[in-house]
Amino acid sequence: MSALSHGPVPVPPASKLFFRSYGSPRTLISMGLSILAGALTLIACVPLFSVLIMLLIRGGSRIIHSGLTMFTSLPPGAMAKMGEGGFSNALWGTLVMVGLAALLSVPFGILGAIFLAEYSPASRLSTAVRFAAKVLTGLPSILAGVFAYAAVVIPDGPFARGAGVLFRLLPHPAAALPGAPASMYFQLYENLGAVSKGGFSAIAGAIALSVLMIPIVILTAEQALRMVPSKMKQAAVGMGCTKAQVTWKVVVPTALPGILTGVMLAIARAAGETAPLIFTALASDYLFPVDGHPPFVHLMRQTASMAVFIFNGSARPQANLIELAWAASLVLVLLVLVFNIGGQLLSRSSRPRGR
Amino acid sequence: MNTSSAATTTAPVAPASLLTHPQTQHVPGNIVIDVHIKELYYGKFKAVRDTRIPIERGTITAFIGPSGCGKSTVLRCLNRMNDLIHEFRFDGNINYRGQNIYHKKVDPVVVRRHIGMVFQQPNPFHMSIYDNVAFGLRLNHFKGDIHAQVEKSLRGAAIWDEVKDKLKTSGLALSGGQQQRLCIARAIATEPEVLLMDEPCSALDPIATRKIEELMTELKTKYTIAIVTHNLQQAARVADKTGFMFVDTSQGGRTGYLVEFGDTRQIFDEPREQRTKEYLRGVFS
Repeated sequence: MSALSHGPVPVPPASKLFFRSYGSPRTLISMGLSILAGALTLIACVPLFSVLIMLLIRGGSRIIHSGLTMFTSLPPGAMAKMGEGGFSNALWGTLVMVGLAALLSVPFGILGAIFLAEYSPASRLSTAVRFAAKVLTGLPSILAGVFAYAAVVIPDGPFARGAGVLFRLLPHPAAALPGAPASMYFQLYENLGAVSKGGFSAIAGAIALSVLMIPIVILTAEQALRMVPSKMKQAAVGMGCTKAQVTWKVVVPTALPGILTGVMLAIARAAGETAPLIFTALASDYLFPVDGHPPFVHLMRQTASMAVFIFNGSARPQANLIELAWAASLVLVLLVLVFNIGGQLLSRSSRPRGR
Repeated sequence: MNTSSAATTTAPVAPASLLTHPQTQHVPGNIVIDVHIKELYYGKFKAVRDTRIPIERGTITAFIGPSGCGKSTVLRCLNRMNDLIHEFRFDGNINYRGQNIYHKKVDPVVVRRHIGMVFQQPNPFHMSIYDNVAFGLRLNHFKGDIHAQVEKSLRGAAIWDEVKDKLKTSGLALSGGQQQRLCIARAIATEPEVLLMDEPCSALDPIATRKIEELMTELKTKYTIAIVTHNLQQAARVADKTGFMFVDTSQGGRTGYLVEFGDTRQIFDEPREQRTKEYLRGVFS
């Protein structure tokens, strides 16, 4: 300040004034931090990419060498030659269990989210539900397995007992619908009878997975429903929509891409889970959950899944099985990736154009 | 304003669906909605008091006044939009064709199907232009030709030429002024008798505003329009009748009330009340 008051001060030429001085501590610290950040990022990527690269090399080579037979054949026995066998039962098992878990969790999850977002956003019940869902998203997945084990697998569990009561109340399919062995009712009846006996099953696995899926669906769907602008709801009310019409004709369709994103993410999470299935569906090397014998979809059998197949196969001494487990890992990662990318694409399309 | 000759015309009978209450009161003149608000509360806050506005068929009635004077609140009473607000309480009558729409047997959903609304912010649905307009028709199980009705409504809202080649694109892809005209098309598609407009031009540029104003003067031949506006010139340009509302702070709160109601000419040229004169001269606002 004082320099200004004492007449003109020599000003260095602008060119020199704005030059970066590589010797100054400020520049050095800045450059050092940039290098550090870059290096740490690279190091953080090492495990990520090494996993993917290993999967591609070891799983991919098996797929290239022995082709697509692994998608259609059962796991190899001890006598099988190298390159024989596959994991078709595990692939089917995963699809059936994840599909069933989605059927169980998606309706509950979406309806729950509609309740939270539209009907009772601030009540105590909603706060409690929201809190529970948030806690459950962080639930260690093995606990979901233990829960389903206690509830469904143990013959004394509440699920088996409830199914037993219902089973005894329902009329036998032969009496109710003579000559219709393949009907939905027959399936329901047969499976109910089996559930009442307990045991490891695809149903138990699906219930364990749905416990993991419901909170994800609830929270993402609620978020999507809340993003619907209130002015759109006002427009619907102003046109003479009832509460239900506002919800189902305007809010839900507008939020649908976001809701589906949540469903996709939940499916992706469930498809990769191992721990809950070890407790509930166990594994089976020979039985398919789907075949040509009534009731066609056998939900009460022990059921293989990709994750458990990888877990078991990788621990065996046969090189053949270990290789197959690598291939299964690659397939599972791709499966999960497809659902994740699907979810991402949907959430991107959900942003309305215009504003 | 109600001439004795108009009083001889009989009040039309409201549709049976609206009237769960059988006896229809006699309505003098051509009045479609007779607004009579004694007191209106949001919780403990008294928002509006002593407001009486008769809205005549085939006219544009404007509500003007400073911010917070309750003009939007009054407008939102006319199709019971205030019911959405928690702790809203209303004391008074709003007679639509002689039926008090706040009668406890009246279903607000049915009221809103007869009295349409256009909002301050354009609010098309997240669906195609066509579906936006067809929405209300489907909602009311419209029996006629939906295509024809959609086209008629879009023409009626002076937007048909701009959108006729892209009816399948999203209503949200239009410009603000187009969106607002789409919302008007959506509102008139079900042919409501009355159209409420809550500052319909405040989010629009002057050109879009002029289009909407021209539209309103065309629409009043078929519909009765009530409009809230901040823009005094707009009220002077389009409205036949004008109500001036003001805020009363004398009792501690900020309670809106009607100062003066009459022909727009009279309100703007020779207002009876001192407050109206001062407001229109811009002494306060």
